[in-house]
Amino acid sequence: MEVHRLRLLFLSVIAATALPGCAMFGGGDAAAPADIAESAASDANDTLGNRPVIEPQVERREIKRARIDTEDFEIGAYFGVLSIEDFESNTVYGGRLAYHLSEDFFIEGTVGRSKAGRTSYETLSGAAALLDDDDRNYTYYALSVGWNALPGEVFIGKNRAYNSAFYLVAGIGSTTFAGDDRFTVSGGFGYRILPTDWLAVHFDVRDHVFDIDLLGKKKIVNNLEAHLGLSIFF
Amino acid sequence: MPHWLRPIALLITFFAAAGTQADDELPKILVADPYIELHSGPGRGYPVVHVVERGREVVIVKRRTDWFQVRTDRDIEGWVPRAQMIATLEPTGEPLDLQEPARENYMSRRWQGGIMAGDFGGASEVSVFGGYAFSDNLSIELTLNHMPGEYSAAYSATLGLMHVFVPEWRASPYFTLGTGVIHVKPKATLVQAEDRTDQIGYVGGGIQLYLTRRFMLRTEYRNNIVFTSRDDNEEVDEWKYIGFAFFF
Repeated sequence: MEVHRLRLLFLSVIAATALPGCAMFGGGDAAAPADIAESAASDANDTLGNRPVIEPQVERREIKRARIDTEDFEIGAYFGVLSIEDFESNTVYGGRLAYHLSEDFFIEGTVGRSKAGRTSYETLSGAAALLDDDDRNYTYYALSVGWNALPGEVFIGKNRAYNSAFYLVAGIGSTTFAGDDRFTVSGGFGYRILPTDWLAVHFDVRDHVFDIDLLGKKKIVNNLEAHLGLSIFF
Repeated sequence: MPHWLRPIALLITFFAAAGTQADDELPKILVADPYIELHSGPGRGYPVVHVVERGREVVIVKRRTDWFQVRTDRDIEGWVPRAQMIATLEPTGEPLDLQEPARENYMSRRWQGGIMAGDFGGASEVSVFGGYAFSDNLSIELTLNHMPGEYSAAYSATLGLMHVFVPEWRASPYFTLGTGVIHVKPKATLVQAEDRTDQIGYVGGGIQLYLTRRFMLRTEYRNNIVFTSRDDNEEVDEWKYIGFAFFF
C-alpha cells in the first residue's frame, strides 16, 4: 500500500516536470489542442451569425512621455570697456553662461579678459615699467546671482514688441592681475532685449572690487566695466 | 562662399533650424481647463494676447523656467504658466506629467548644485559644488574651491559624502566627510616658493535651509588636514559662510 502511494507520487512529480518540457518540443507551428478547439468554436459562431457587424479597428495609441524642449540655459559672449584703476581703460571680452532658475532669478558665470595699460606714473617719469608684459594680462571670473528686477517689453515702431528685462547682479570670483589671484566681489546691472525667443542682446555694467598691494600700500580698487553682449537660449 | 564663412553659415542654419521645429515632433496637449491664457512673454506681467478654450489641442514648442510656449492650430504662439499647464491633458487623457522641483517634491530631489563664499585658513574662498543624493539622507558631493589668499593662491577639488540628519525639516543639520587634492601657488612677490600639490582630507558639518521653490541656503564648517610632504600635516579651518544652492 505504502509502496503504491509512493509510486503514484513519484509518477505525478515526473509528469508535472516532464509534461511542460514535452509541450515545448511539440510547440512551434503545430497548434495546441486548446487552440484548435477555440478556432472550431469561433467557426461555429460565424455560422450562427454572432460575428460583429463592424469589426472595430482599434489602434493602440503609442504612449510617449511629452519631451518638452527646455530652454533654461543661456550662453553668450560680450565685448566692452574695462577701466582698470591706475592702469587706463582697455577693451575687455568674455563669455557668459547663465541658468534661469525661475522667471525672476538666474545664476551666471562669466569669464573675461583684458590687458592693463600704463600708469600715469610710468608715463610721466619715464622710469622702468611697474609690470612686465605678461603681468599686465587681466583675467577674471565671477559667479553671480541675478534678479530680473524690471521685466517688460520694448516697442520699436508700431508693430514690433520685444521682451526685455532690467536685472541686478551680484557675485563673487577672482581676478588674476599682476601675476596673482585676487578675491573679487562684483556687482552691477544689465539690460537684455530678446529680438526672438532664443536670442538676447545684453548691455551690462559691472564693478569689480578687490584688494591690491601692488603700489606698496594695500588698497581697495574699483574696476568698472561696460559691455555689450549676445547670447542664445538652449 | 569663402571657406571661412562656411562654419558661420552652418551655425546660422543650425540656430534657424532650432527655431523652426516641425510641428508633428512637438508634444500635443488637450486643454482641460475652461480656457488657458496665452501671454506675450514668459513672465507674469506680460499681457494676455490670446485665449484657448477647453477641448482644443495646442502644441508645446518649448519651456523656459515655469512658462511654456504653446502654438495653437491657427499658428498663434504664446506663453502659458505652469499652474495652467497642470490642468491640461496629454492626448492619452492623462494629466501632463511635469516633474517639478518645488516644495511638494523637495523630498524627492536628487541633483543639486550651488555656489559658496567663505574663508579658508584666512584666505577668501569661492566654491562651486554639485551633488547627487542616493537616498533622502545620503548624497555624494563634488566641490571645486578657489582660495586667492594674501600670500598664496590655492585650488582644491574634493569629493565627499554628506549626510543630512532630518531631510524633511526646513533647516536641517548635516555631516560631511571627504577627500581631495589641493594645489598651492605662492604669490609672485614671494621669493623661492614652489608650487605644491597635496592630498587633503576633511570632516565637517553645516546647516541646510530650504528657502522656497527650488532654492536652498547653507552654511558649512570643514576641518581640513593637508597631508604635506613635510614632517607635519597641516590643519586648516574652513568656514563656508554662506552658500546658495538649488536642486533639480
